[in-house]
Amino acid sequence: MKVEFQMDTYKSEIKPTWCPGCGDFAVLRALQTAIHGLQLEPWNVLIVSGIGCSSNLPHFLSTYGFHAIHGRALPVAEGAKLANPDLNVIVTGGDGDGYGIGVGHFIHAMRRNFDITYIVMNNQIYGLTTGQASPTSEKGMKTKSTPIAGVIENPVDPISLALASGATYVARGFSGDVKGMTDLVQKGIEHHGFALIDCMSPCVTYNKINTYDFFKSRVYDLSKEGHDPSDMKAAFAKAIEWPFAQQARIPLGLFYRTEDVPTYEDLELGLKKGPPVRQSLGIENPDELLREFL
Amino acid sequence: MSKRDLAIRIGGAAGDGVSSTAESFAKISARSGLHTWTYSSYQSVIRGGHVWTQIRGGLDPILSHGDDPNVVVCLNQQTMDVHQADVLEGGAIVFDVDSVKPDPTRIRPNVRLIGIPLRKKAQTLSPNALMRNTVALGAAVALFDMDFRHVESAFKDIWGDKKPEVAQQNLQAAKLGAEAVAEMGGSLRLGLAYSNQPKYLMTGNEAICLGALAAGVKFLAQYPMTPASSILHWLAAHGPQYGVVVKQVEDELAAMNMAVGAGFAGVRSMTATSGGGFSLMVEAIGQAGMTETPLVAVLVQRSGPSTGLPTKTEQGDLNLALGAGQGDWPRAILAPRHPEECFSMTAQAFNLAEIYQTPIIVMSDLYLGEGYRTVDKLDFNVPIVRGMMAADGGTAKSYRRYEITDSGVSPRSLPGTKGFQYIAATDEHMESGELISDVLAGLPEYVEERRKMHAKRMRKLDGLRKDTPRPELWGPKNSDVTLLSWGSTWGAAHEAIGQVEEKEGVKVNSLEFPTIFPFHVEETLQMLRGAKQTLAVEGNYTGQFARLLRAETGYKPDHFYGRSDGEPFASRDIADKILEVVA
Repeated sequence: MKVEFQMDTYKSEIKPTWCPGCGDFAVLRALQTAIHGLQLEPWNVLIVSGIGCSSNLPHFLSTYGFHAIHGRALPVAEGAKLANPDLNVIVTGGDGDGYGIGVGHFIHAMRRNFDITYIVMNNQIYGLTTGQASPTSEKGMKTKSTPIAGVIENPVDPISLALASGATYVARGFSGDVKGMTDLVQKGIEHHGFALIDCMSPCVTYNKINTYDFFKSRVYDLSKEGHDPSDMKAAFAKAIEWPFAQQARIPLGLFYRTEDVPTYEDLELGLKKGPPVRQSLGIENPDELLREFL
Repeated sequence: MSKRDLAIRIGGAAGDGVSSTAESFAKISARSGLHTWTYSSYQSVIRGGHVWTQIRGGLDPILSHGDDPNVVVCLNQQTMDVHQADVLEGGAIVFDVDSVKPDPTRIRPNVRLIGIPLRKKAQTLSPNALMRNTVALGAAVALFDMDFRHVESAFKDIWGDKKPEVAQQNLQAAKLGAEAVAEMGGSLRLGLAYSNQPKYLMTGNEAICLGALAAGVKFLAQYPMTPASSILHWLAAHGPQYGVVVKQVEDELAAMNMAVGAGFAGVRSMTATSGGGFSLMVEAIGQAGMTETPLVAVLVQRSGPSTGLPTKTEQGDLNLALGAGQGDWPRAILAPRHPEECFSMTAQAFNLAEIYQTPIIVMSDLYLGEGYRTVDKLDFNVPIVRGMMAADGGTAKSYRRYEITDSGVSPRSLPGTKGFQYIAATDEHMESGELISDVLAGLPEYVEERRKMHAKRMRKLDGLRKDTPRPELWGPKNSDVTLLSWGSTWGAAHEAIGQVEEKEGVKVNSLEFPTIFPFHVEETLQMLRGAKQTLAVEGNYTGQFARLLRAETGYKPDHFYGRSDGEPFASRDIADKILEVVA
């Protein structure tokens, strides 16, 4: 394969503002490596994010970007994708953004099976607002907003939720394994349909429980234990190992993938003439249109 | 002088087929060449309740659904009970003689009772219970001496080539109704000289859809909400053949955010809703203002607050539209008065949105959005102006998406354009799009950056003020009273002006505001200069427009007539108010 775009081509001049050691650096690296690996034209990549530490990510790459309001990255991305399906649309954000305030959009985007790649930097805490509980915070975790009894809710399990909602590519990565994460992201972008890559991305400042060491001692690679990602039942069985069951082992890698489901764009009647952004404006036969009103 | 107009009221329970019967009559009226106007009163139920539609037709242009009708068609007893006293002298009441009883003590003199066994007659043709409506429709057409070929063509439109036998059965049923009228004294002999030159008939919502299509809309995201839903319905049915993506979404947050995404990606994008949905959209519409993303938001108002009266009209969302979103960002609010303006202003809104790269709000209401009106033939040859785009060539490194300019407008670049990549950010940002918020906010030079960037965006209001329709003064100069109104109130106001002039010789003119914001301060003050006393007429409780007028100009209207009981203004009520003011 001819390498037209070097790694640096995808980098912007803006330096990340994350804390040293933040898991998000690994996700940025994985994404940059993946789009380099695919040799995507930077101007045909659109990265949409919401609000949170991780949602600053688009600024650090040289593609198009839309840094939206909190929790609304997915609908913004869906609108852009429908206007111009030729764009490679990638959505990045955090667990608060995607699984908390934006969880309604998350479910609907998946059941529609848009050809969008959603990378969630899941640190199980609210970082930018200085350490409150997040929808994926573990039960019992003490945070600024749960200082006495700790979290008393069950965490959202994004993997099970994605499987149940119709996502056609469901994976979990870990910032301690950039190579594995890069592979998951690259294949997610290549996937024709909605791809969720839930990336466990430790917050070194506010989450003292789910640290790099916490994950390193628990993770294992699904592909090395004979998991068949075309088997949805097996995928559910693997998904509920953590965080639902709070077992010591945390599966990483591809839970589920199917290419048998048409994307929303494949079925949308309004796209049959081609990308709307390239269509001419106005109506050529208004009399025909007006006839029903006469 | 022979009569120049007619009015009919058709009432029943929800599920009785009132609205389709009324639509058929409206179509027949428009095809008879009458200027036609409808108003439907209905409730938030699928079955039961009391629903009625009034259709008014006139040889001359008419501007409201009128007051008392010539004919009432009662499909149930409640319709008789509620409406029998309203029928004008010389008029008639059509009802099913087997199930509905009139109360002669409540009926005006010289009103004919046309009791027809509607259901029995219909059953001779079909077991379909709704066929009785067609018998009643035929009776109404006969009472008004309308040409039966319009009945035939209306049925053909409804059932078409697919069910010719149903169309034929309905025509037979209509003829049974007409025959019954002939046996019971014949027509009302109103003497209306129908031209039989068909006129275009549509709702305000349909006109908005047509205006959007004419302007090249390519994306609509919407969540169903009365009275905006018919925009979604119409474009869902018609949009795809014109390459329009129409998306029903999970909520109004998604609707506005998807519209933002599509507008950012470069298509003409819109969403539509009513006040409740617009309330959910406010954060995201501010996002469009901040990221300088073009889009058109249609706000078809209904009666609030909160769920309010979902099927009733009001003009109570002006404050909401004016104040939507935190902080100050540039917007324009257009308020069409009639379907022709729904068409032209929607088309114009797409130009303004792209020229000024900011959201444009088109505000209508249930009365205008759902009522049928005859309109002149719409001219689809509307100007299309897409605004300033970044030139081809160059590199991402030198391109400044948010370049500070005198007009406040910066060159836009669409994703997919090589070399012009940028990040649109909802955080405050610099000309390049780089954030000020993160590590720079508060540093002295970035205080200045923020000030400049905010001022750049707000400068767009100067251009928007220049490019939006001016207030219009209608009627005689040196009037005793000047009415102040916006949106759909216009029609009843004009009719009231004619009534008080004719009856009492009181001279009234009307100052109307097709643009709500940015406010045309100079023009307004100039037009108000000669006003002896002013009466603000608007469909809300607090006088939201009157307050805006005062805030923008310092001018306080002398009198305020607000209506927020869910019903549209009637011309005679405005006329009474005018007479009260001049007394």
